[in-house]
Amino acid sequence: MLLVQIEKEFARAGTASFQLQIHETFPPGFTVLFGPSGAGKSTLLDCIAGLAKPDRGKIALGNEVFLDAERGILLPPQKRGIGYVFQSLALFPHLTVEQNVAYGISGLTNVECQRRMERVAEVFHIRLLQNRKPGELSGGEKQRVALARSVIKEPRVLLLDEPLTGLDAGLRQSILQDLRDWNATQQIPILYVTHNREEVDAIGDRVIAMVDGHVRERGMPREVLDAPRALALAQAAGFENVLEARVLELRVSDGMMRVALNDTDCELEIPLGNNAIGHKIHVAIRAGDILLASRLPYGLSARNVLPGKVESLETRGTVVSLEVNVGVRFVVHVTPGAMRSLELAVGSVVWLVLKTHSCHVVTPR
Amino acid sequence: MSTEALLLSLRLACTVSALLLIVALPLAYWLAFTPWRGKFLLESVVALPLVLPPTVLGFYALIALGPRGMLGGLWQAIFGHALAFTFTGLVLASMLYSLPFAVQPLVSSFESLDRRLLDASAMLGAGRARSFFRIILPLAWPGVVTAVVLSFAHTLGEFGVVLMVGGNLAGITRTVSIDIYDRVQALDYAGAQQTALFLLVVSFVVLSVVYGVNRRVWSPWANR
Repeated sequence: MLLVQIEKEFARAGTASFQLQIHETFPPGFTVLFGPSGAGKSTLLDCIAGLAKPDRGKIALGNEVFLDAERGILLPPQKRGIGYVFQSLALFPHLTVEQNVAYGISGLTNVECQRRMERVAEVFHIRLLQNRKPGELSGGEKQRVALARSVIKEPRVLLLDEPLTGLDAGLRQSILQDLRDWNATQQIPILYVTHNREEVDAIGDRVIAMVDGHVRERGMPREVLDAPRALALAQAAGFENVLEARVLELRVSDGMMRVALNDTDCELEIPLGNNAIGHKIHVAIRAGDILLASRLPYGLSARNVLPGKVESLETRGTVVSLEVNVGVRFVVHVTPGAMRSLELAVGSVVWLVLKTHSCHVVTPR
Repeated sequence: MSTEALLLSLRLACTVSALLLIVALPLAYWLAFTPWRGKFLLESVVALPLVLPPTVLGFYALIALGPRGMLGGLWQAIFGHALAFTFTGLVLASMLYSLPFAVQPLVSSFESLDRRLLDASAMLGAGRARSFFRIILPLAWPGVVTAVVLSFAHTLGEFGVVLMVGGNLAGITRTVSIDIYDRVQALDYAGAQQTALFLLVVSFVVLSVVYGVNRRVWSPWANR
């Protein structure tokens, strides 16, 4: 168990400094740190690694204290036994893959070095790259080498700062599986930082959501990311529609409330929040959760049916992204097949259908 | 061309650039990596020889190295003679004079290193010395070459400081640039011309090396 209780002022580009305030324990296995950029995720990792110094607090792994500001204990990074893969990977450009990977185990016997090299080369599939320089590797290969280099020391904690950014889903899954295989025997806490919603789903383990240096939510990906309660998180979690709204009416017995969007007469029924009539709130809706109809639908359980016009239409891979104006602009995702069968084009008249529980109330802070 | 003066100049330039590298590496490391806010003061001191007239620098060096100066006095107490007008004195004054030429290329090449590489090295258990020799020095290699070459060339061509501190003693302190000056004074234009041309060619070669290295023409890891 890794215990982290720290506070630190941290600078964020362009804005005032923020307070990082974390009280968490990290069990063995993956913990995803999710949040918008600038939330303090990397600063937190730097503090755990010993590369940044918290102003106050304590960091301990089991009985071993890495930092105790009150007792004046501060272990240097070299003595913490932590593996850290940076976002930039930081492979040494003048050393070969083999030299990079072996950099951290120079103190061991030759036999032991060999044994560990064999194992990581096997697990991370880098055997054929040994004599190349980092400049001659592809993105995925570099990421495998960086992972191998940090785990070969058999660290007691592994910190991963967006190590798989920019990889396609298949390659990411295969590298994640390599890591899981490796940790099956190691059983150490792995902290995995990302601001990519897909990566959170791909890892599928415990998520801690951070905003402005504080933990806002924790739980499994579905619980945390499908109903974000903070505006910044909703934006980071890929809610394409985050709209301002004003509460018009509360129907406590039905568990819902009526809101007007962006001070227009466009109204939605959404789940009841902790708000009073007249309150300004934000409503977050995923583009993929909105249904489109080319004729006025009837006999639906969905409570929100809004007429509008398609303003733009763009195909991105297997998703068609439309902008629909219903008095307010909504982003809606449909499949190319749906677009063809509804004969959607710019200017088409459509109806948006939104279930009450697809609408999430979020607060600005 | 005076072979004696030429050999003396080469000996001086080699000694100075070798000793300077030993002094400049830790100094540049400190300047590049210290978080101390007042480091600009030391940076200014290191850069002083760039803007001071050589005669001013030479004057203070002469005072310090002479029998009544702090360094010279100490030297006299131990070795029985002061440092002014000796080869050793000349080496010390030249090191001072060429200090910015050795320190600044090193500082800028250290500063341009990706700090995350040093963080990575620390996370992999390497102490400062190992990080320095395995990561910093190999990657800052063009800066090291530039520092050595520039301090060598600058020492080879110096005039004012040598004249002030070393005087003009054949075989001891008469360097090539003094030799040229002497010959012109004696109206030996042909002799001066030979030596001057030699220095011109050396300077050109030196600068070509510096610029070539900094474009990584010969870098062993140009491939990155």
